[in-house]
Amino acid sequence: MIATGLDARRGPMRPLPASDLMVQAEHLRKTYGPTRVLDDVSLALGPGEGLTLLGPNGTGKTTLLRILATLQRPTAGTLRIGGVDALKEPEAVRGVVDMVGHGTWVYEDLTAIENLRFWTTLGGHDAARPRLRAALESVELDTVADQRARTFSAGMKRRLALARVLLGRGRLLLLDEPFTGLDRAGRKWLGEFLMAFKAQGGALIVATHSFDAGVGVADRVAILAGGRVVLDRPAAELGLDDLRRLYDELAAGPGTAP
Amino acid sequence: MAARILGWLALVALLAGLGAAFGYAPREAVQGNVQRIVYLHVPAVLTAYLAFALVFVGSLGYLLTRRPGWDRLALSAAEPGVVFTGITIASGSIWGKPTWGTWWTWDARLTSTAVLFLVYVGYLLLRGMIDEPDRRARAAAVVGILGAANIPIVHFSVSWWRALHQPSAMIGPGSAPYPWWMKAVILLNFAAFALLLGYFVARRAEIARLEDMHAG
Amino acid sequence: MSAYVRRAWIVVWKDVLSERRSKESLNALVFFSLLLLFVFQFALGPDRARVETALPGLLWLAFILAGLLAFGRTFLVERENDCWEGLVLAPGDRSAIYLGKLAGNVLLMAVVEAALLILFALFFGLDFTAALPALVLVLALGTLGLAAVGTLYGALTAQLRARELLFPVLLLPAVVPVLLGAVTATQSVLAGQPLAEAMPWLTLLAAADVVYLVVGMLTFEFVLEG
Repeated sequence: MIATGLDARRGPMRPLPASDLMVQAEHLRKTYGPTRVLDDVSLALGPGEGLTLLGPNGTGKTTLLRILATLQRPTAGTLRIGGVDALKEPEAVRGVVDMVGHGTWVYEDLTAIENLRFWTTLGGHDAARPRLRAALESVELDTVADQRARTFSAGMKRRLALARVLLGRGRLLLLDEPFTGLDRAGRKWLGEFLMAFKAQGGALIVATHSFDAGVGVADRVAILAGGRVVLDRPAAELGLDDLRRLYDELAAGPGTAP
Repeated sequence: MAARILGWLALVALLAGLGAAFGYAPREAVQGNVQRIVYLHVPAVLTAYLAFALVFVGSLGYLLTRRPGWDRLALSAAEPGVVFTGITIASGSIWGKPTWGTWWTWDARLTSTAVLFLVYVGYLLLRGMIDEPDRRARAAAVVGILGAANIPIVHFSVSWWRALHQPSAMIGPGSAPYPWWMKAVILLNFAAFALLLGYFVARRAEIARLEDMHAG
Repeated sequence: MSAYVRRAWIVVWKDVLSERRSKESLNALVFFSLLLLFVFQFALGPDRARVETALPGLLWLAFILAGLLAFGRTFLVERENDCWEGLVLAPGDRSAIYLGKLAGNVLLMAVVEAALLILFALFFGLDFTAALPALVLVLALGTLGLAAVGTLYGALTAQLRARELLFPVLLLPAVVPVLLGAVTATQSVLAGQPLAEAMPWLTLLAAADVVYLVVGMLTFEFVLEG
């Protein structure tokens, strides 16, 4: 494994039954009454791979991520994470999946380091102070370690969430619009963070409608439109311009000819 | 199919029970014909208990298997359960009026049944407030399980509480023991009500199943 | 410390810390208790004998009303900070979270109940000192029962639109046995009777507490999903 600064702080990955694929979702469907939010979505992702899920807002990206995180159950379909049936045994899967979504899980009355101490202990991980501080350093929040999170900007809260991820032992990271609210330096930083995560064998899925930032970390790109995956290709195959054109066409909806 | 059989059996049993209550059972000396209401009151409360036991089973079944059929069982039993509880309270109240002069007394059974009524009306209200099927079923299941576990506790606490404040027992609502033939008629009517409950549950569950199919 | 206890403990730690910093709940609850005192006085009139007769009931009425407020807010800090999902996704046995939240609620109620007792003693000229040890026992058993159901139903209704309506509707019928037992036992204790008199009621309370705790611990993970 490449020894980056992040490595040493992460600790050993939690052992799992051997499996080729990190995520194996097949024919997922989610309906809310008459509304079909997701329709026949299938995905496969291996360790060390990054998938960027593109799609306009409201097309089910968040719902899909939440299903993958075992926060919601699909109406139909199967889901295996790390070789384990996530629908039958969500418990077994939860230690392996980390999600950084719209809510950043930050208690505003607690300081940065107290927040980390809470989530790390709740997750059953070692919450020794030096370890927490090191994680804060990695996300460049060590200067505000003892400041209450109420004063943090959105970007800082997201970095705190990533520090939380560092302290866990997740192998699958799901990120929902992680680039919003970050400036150029922040995006660059996040991109590097995600690349290092992949380099360690972690898999990630980034859902975003922000085109440029999201594609950088991707090994594969998928487009979600109308609740269906309308494109799923290795990123290397597509040039950025082609991808943009396809995205505009496909995301406009069915019935518009490519 | 099963529902229809249950329905016919229930009808026959109800007619038999009615006949027994008015024809076979003798008129009570002190209270008069109003005492016959015991043949409605006691079977109703027993049937309510049966219904809530079914709610418990359905709730447990759903939490363990996540199959909607169990949740439909819980729902289908809760609704008639509340109705039978209501019948118990109303009949107890009507029975008490000529005997004790008031519509309501804090008699042990009446009070326990009233608490039960409140618990399961809350159950139905909760179900009405949640749209998402899985979340609704889970939330209802928890309330259904606690509600059922609470039934004996409520029963004991109310009886003891009543024993502190009650004057000596008299033949009237809430008093026992019953002579053998009274028990027999009560049992007959209970069987009839239980069949009726089964009929309601079967029908309601079928409607629920069709609703789910249509929605999904 | 086993991992389970550590996780329950960190929930208590977090709640106590949050509460100490924000001071939202405790201040409001103690002030609410003060208000209740005035309301009771106005409702019952100046006759002190009347208040003394009604005292056990009044005490528990006050505890339940405060409890409705306190328990309904059990997961408020999670909702406000968007942390609910973090609890849902926490690995391991989530009944540890239930126990942690329960412990936090019991601590909160203990402070409120102590404040109420002091206020009652002050305003109505009552003397609890003789009965205090037995009274504390009754309060502990009763509060545990209220909190066990309150924490569970607080979680259950946390994400619902009609939370404020449903929570009391669900909680009150469920804790009728606790109310009956606690009021009767309190009456016995305040009347100076030996503890043995109230023993059957205390046993009932303890049994109810055990049942509610067990149901709470077993079903909490189902409440905490999604």
